[in-house]
Amino acid sequence: MQTVIFYLAGATCLGSALAVVMQRNPFQAALSLILNLFSLAVLFFVLQGDFVGVAQVLVYAGAVMVMFLFVIAYLGDRAHLELRRGGVGSGAAAVVGIAIFLEITISAHRSNGALSAPASVTESFGSPERIGALLLTDHLLAFEVISLLLLVGAIAGVVLGAGNLLPRQEARRPAVERGALFDLARARSELEAGEDMREVLK
Amino acid sequence: MSPGIGSWITLSAALFSIGLAGVMLRRNPLVILLSLEIMLNAGNLLLVAMARYLGNNEGHVLALVVMAVAAAEVVVGLGLIVALARRGSSLDVDDLKGLAG
Repeated sequence: MQTVIFYLAGATCLGSALAVVMQRNPFQAALSLILNLFSLAVLFFVLQGDFVGVAQVLVYAGAVMVMFLFVIAYLGDRAHLELRRGGVGSGAAAVVGIAIFLEITISAHRSNGALSAPASVTESFGSPERIGALLLTDHLLAFEVISLLLLVGAIAGVVLGAGNLLPRQEARRPAVERGALFDLARARSELEAGEDMREVLK
Repeated sequence: MSPGIGSWITLSAALFSIGLAGVMLRRNPLVILLSLEIMLNAGNLLLVAMARYLGNNEGHVLALVVMAVAAAEVVVGLGLIVALARRGSSLDVDDLKGLAG
């Protein structure tokens, strides 16, 4: 039973991942990624990672992907871009991707005897209690670092999204270059430095 | 009966390679972010599989940490894309070679 689910969900996972990469339309790419995340959650359930699977559906397929879809909808037609055409880049991408896949697969095949069967675990393996206890005892530092990281992420999102909070190129240029007829700040400083009025007003 | 660890490693490696190819093949920063998510999830899948085969819950904790990092990364990435679009510059990563200044 588990093997059947593994192959079904694994095939869905790979197919939807390929669709994300091949799809021209970014909206459909994002929808394919949602399918990919759901099939990954199914795989997590096969591995008794119940809490991680539920968090995957809630956080990724729920929150993160909705944000993606909003941005894609906001950008509209500008988000459509073709694949990179030919050149060194795509050849290198194919070679590196296949090389990494083969390398990992061969090394996994060689060490296949090491972990041939899953460890025998109790019913509570992967439950929220176990993971919560671990997060708040052994991995408390990681927990705190995550909270700080999410805070920084939220602030960065506001600063980048608000736009006018970013430092502007405009303010640093002199007023005359920005289209003003007369630079009052420069004239005042020159008058105070003792320049002749007629010279300044030229 | 569950498949052996080799099958999980192969699946995870295939997912990671697809994501890597996506990052290098696509010109659209949105799709590059989506491909990055695939790569992170390939890592997560291997973490959870190893946790199951070793009978140890620590892999789940690390997978949750990776999820939080991915969420923060997406916020910053999408914020940058929206800021670029508002500035009126092209959304093609090949055109964004000179990011200084």
